[in-house]
Amino acid sequence: MALLRRPLLVLLLVVTHQFLQLWIVFGSVNEEGQKQEEFFEELLLKPLPDRKLLTHFHFQSSAPPSSNGRHHHLFPKAISQLVQKFRVKEMELSFTQGRWNYESWGGFDSIPSSNAKPPGVELWAVFDVPQHLIDALWKNLTHTLSGLFCASINFLESSTAYSAPEWSFPPASGNLRYGTLPREAVCTENLTPWLKLLPCRDKAGISMLLDRPSIYRGFYHSQRLHLTSTGSGSEGLDPGIILEQTLTVVLLPNSQRASLARASEKHIQPSWSLRSIFGKEVSGKCVLAENSNVYLLLDRGLVAELKQLHKEDEESAEKVLASENYWTNPIFELSAKPDRIFIEESSLLSKNSSILYKFEVEKYSESEPFDLGLTWKIPVVWLCQQAPLHASRFLMGSGNERGAIAISLKSTQSCEGFTGANFDDERCELRVDVFQVVPWYVKVYFHSLQVFVDQQPKAVSDIIEKIHVSPSKDKVSPGVMELVLKLPCSVSSAALTIEFDKGFLHIDEYPPDANQGFDIPSAIVSFPNFHASMVFLENDSLNKSPLLSKFQEKSPVMSYTEVLLVPLTTPDFSMPYNVITITCTVFALYFGSLLNALRRRVAEEERFLKDKAAKKSGRLPLLLSKLSAKLRGRHSEPPHSTPGSSSLVNSKLVFKVILVAGLAVCWQYYFS
Amino acid sequence: MEKLKKKIGSFSFWNWVIASIIFRLILIYFPKNLNLSSRPEVSTPLTSFRRLAEGYWLKQSSMSPYAGSMYHGSPLLLSLLGPLTVKRIEGQPNHLLYSLVSVIADVVSAMLIRATGRNLQFAYLRTLESLDLVKQIEGSELRSSGDVAALIYLCNPFTIVACVGLSTSPIENMAVILCLYGACSRLIPLAAFGWVIATHMSLYPAILIIPVIFLLGCGPDAPPRKLFLQRHQQKGVLNESKLPHGFSWGPIIHFAFWALVWSVYVLVLCGISLKQFGGLWEMFKSTYGFILTVEDLSPNIGVLWYFFAEVFEFFRNFFLIVFHVNILFMILPLAIRLHHRPCYLAFVYVAICSMLKSYPSVGDSALYLGLLGWFVNELSDMQFSLFLFCGYVGVSLLSPVMHNLWIWRGTGNANFYFATAMVYACLQIVLVVEGVSAMLNHDRKLRRLLTGKLQDVKS
Repeated sequence: MALLRRPLLVLLLVVTHQFLQLWIVFGSVNEEGQKQEEFFEELLLKPLPDRKLLTHFHFQSSAPPSSNGRHHHLFPKAISQLVQKFRVKEMELSFTQGRWNYESWGGFDSIPSSNAKPPGVELWAVFDVPQHLIDALWKNLTHTLSGLFCASINFLESSTAYSAPEWSFPPASGNLRYGTLPREAVCTENLTPWLKLLPCRDKAGISMLLDRPSIYRGFYHSQRLHLTSTGSGSEGLDPGIILEQTLTVVLLPNSQRASLARASEKHIQPSWSLRSIFGKEVSGKCVLAENSNVYLLLDRGLVAELKQLHKEDEESAEKVLASENYWTNPIFELSAKPDRIFIEESSLLSKNSSILYKFEVEKYSESEPFDLGLTWKIPVVWLCQQAPLHASRFLMGSGNERGAIAISLKSTQSCEGFTGANFDDERCELRVDVFQVVPWYVKVYFHSLQVFVDQQPKAVSDIIEKIHVSPSKDKVSPGVMELVLKLPCSVSSAALTIEFDKGFLHIDEYPPDANQGFDIPSAIVSFPNFHASMVFLENDSLNKSPLLSKFQEKSPVMSYTEVLLVPLTTPDFSMPYNVITITCTVFALYFGSLLNALRRRVAEEERFLKDKAAKKSGRLPLLLSKLSAKLRGRHSEPPHSTPGSSSLVNSKLVFKVILVAGLAVCWQYYFS
Repeated sequence: MEKLKKKIGSFSFWNWVIASIIFRLILIYFPKNLNLSSRPEVSTPLTSFRRLAEGYWLKQSSMSPYAGSMYHGSPLLLSLLGPLTVKRIEGQPNHLLYSLVSVIADVVSAMLIRATGRNLQFAYLRTLESLDLVKQIEGSELRSSGDVAALIYLCNPFTIVACVGLSTSPIENMAVILCLYGACSRLIPLAAFGWVIATHMSLYPAILIIPVIFLLGCGPDAPPRKLFLQRHQQKGVLNESKLPHGFSWGPIIHFAFWALVWSVYVLVLCGISLKQFGGLWEMFKSTYGFILTVEDLSPNIGVLWYFFAEVFEFFRNFFLIVFHVNILFMILPLAIRLHHRPCYLAFVYVAICSMLKSYPSVGDSALYLGLLGWFVNELSDMQFSLFLFCGYVGVSLLSPVMHNLWIWRGTGNANFYFATAMVYACLQIVLVVEGVSAMLNHDRKLRRLLTGKLQDVKS
């Protein structure tokens, strides 16, 4: 019986499973059958020149505009509610730990220019409402997001924390709000809610690779959420939303061969596999995903270097590059066979083109998991493509009273070809946008802005084409500076300096660790004339990839500078009571002694004292005078006392006591 | 100070004036590392030169000079002095023209102080004559108080520092002195102009209207009127011509009219210069509002900054009211007691303001110390003058040291700097209290002399 029953049960399970799958597929294809909710998962791997590996997870879910907006099959409900409620047109939230190393990891590709983010939290949002409503919406949005992502994004609510850039921030428009929290610590509690937005979470598909220890062991990780709402909700339709979630991690693969490395192999790039990096393998795709691909990108510099090496090895190198079995060659070896190889359409900008290997995860399953490994055979040295100028920022001056911020731009020399982007007939100019937010306690003197080009001071008006400044208001708003610089193409270095005074805060405004200092958020340096784009031709429109189409978009090249740490002086936190009491004592001293000096009438006082001496009476004064006389060792002469005056004094005293008692009774009665 | 006065007496006045001007010019040409313009003692948020330059820059780039919380001065100052902040002459120090303006303002103030002092001394001698007390007083030598006051003002290190440190306080001081000079020499439009400008620039001189009214109403400082009456009654002959005039309302109405004219004029000018940036309300909010709600907590030589940095937020308004009312409360008692000496009253008011104002600087101290010189003869037997002198020297040496330890070296503590500010406040309190009682004692002495004389006459 039992033997008979089991296959039946299995059969039943299989059938229901099939049915379920069918139902899911049917459900996701809408009644109209034209637009549906989609989900894509992709992973890009890219070896970096300094023996590190860039892994870039890219998940995209989209919801088409629909009238029955309350129900979603794949799309996270929290996000769609957020978009509807706060009328968000575009929004980006990023959590980053570590700093993107522009010099060795490149600054010109699409990946750094849209995924390299400043440390901590960065949030910007564009709203689809009139100007005066934006601030209220922004406040609510920050609170919602801080609840969604378990982060202190709600600190961006205060008007001192966010700003409204006019034009220098690339997706600029009037309805933009921008805020950063450089001090925010990013950890797994922020990743978990982020993963919850994925249909398969981290249970299936590429996201299975997201092993927390190996991610947070990396040199840089940036978790980003970008959403764009398309179409207006004017016709009763809810807007379509595209939610793009990326996680960029830079890791150092621990080379297994390190122990048996010979002297010559020390310079060899470490070999890696998905298993060695993440400790996991991909067992098939997430069933809800449209497609699920892993890419390996060899960037332009690397390809050029490989070509060079090939030429040394054998003469007919050109052909080998594009050939199908390029993946096993004398330089490196891939552990899996790529399904497709893309070669970048050679652009105007450079003669070299990068190569992309595509692996489809679909073909793998639980029994045969997907693992990609790259083994280098000979040492390769190359450089990533860099932005035309390398931006860095530092503080000048010492002490806690004042200082200066300097932004220095150094030519990277790697962009001979790019300068053609803005060729005038006689002189070529390089346009640089700088966007800098400073908190209010760093009081910037905008008139002290100085520009140095090639170490020579220049007139500000020669270099700065356009400037927009909104000075900081104490405890109300941060200072914002937006600049457009026009530098000659031949520039080798440029620097901007601006002086500031350090503010002094109330003791309550200091954070618990006041002596650590305060952060000035990163400045954004962007090069609007340069666009990072990689065009890979895809002939099959069926199997479209959002990541590749993202690469094709012309994204402006931008880079973030360092976060600056400004130490501010602290008052003594333990002394408020002392300060209050001492100051009030001094004021009382002033008031009392001045009033006393004014009131005093020496002649009358003398007369009064004489009278008093004459009238002096009573038992107590008598005793006191006797006592004092005894202390002085002199005989006192008893004052002439008259009984009348004594009784008068007594009656006065009694009257006063009664008066006070009466007042007290009245007070008690009135207030009870 | 006493020593200083005696020294000055033996030298010629003009030599000292020229020496002080040359000293200023040397300091102006001194290499840049002197850096006085960013000292907290010299430049407060209200008088700072860098903030003036920032305000001018904002205005030039067609933004409101009050955008942000940098500039808190008058818009007129911005249009008069602003261009000087950017003008440079090749091969000369950066802000030469601006410094020259402050030097000129200092010299003009000194000259006005001198003229006023002579006026006061003349009045003083006349009253002594009318009381027939000249001989008694003559025993102790009479110094020319105008010269002394002018030289104290010019040679005071505080004034020099404020002038070379490019702060706007020389100009504010000049407005106050202009007001007092005008009132003393009965140039009513000038007095009204000085008063309006001084009030416009730093609000506190507004209370000088009381001494100015007394000055215009009953003339410069004199012993109490009672003394004259007593004297004449005792003599039996009531000589009307020798009596000081009673209170006359004519000049006051005249003054009120001119004050109104000037303030309307100033407001219209401000309104024109701020027309496109939010108008006058914006100006009042970020000048007077900034003074009254002590918003900027950067250290200065006063005590309020640290107090408001430490005090609990919910008490802030209460203490703001208390501290400002402290100034107002003293106005009436002082006015009642010292109404016969309006110039002295003005000095006391200026001293109290510079002690209790929200952003004091050494320029304010320079003003009241200069005015103190007018009363050299009256205050000759003031107590603690050596102690005060040593205290001022000590504080002005210690305060920069403590500031350096706290801000630049990081080895000190805010409390050390605050302690010097506290001592400075106490010194000023002692000065004011002792000064007031010395003046009252002087009146008493006069009366005693008079009554003693009368008794002599009788017997």
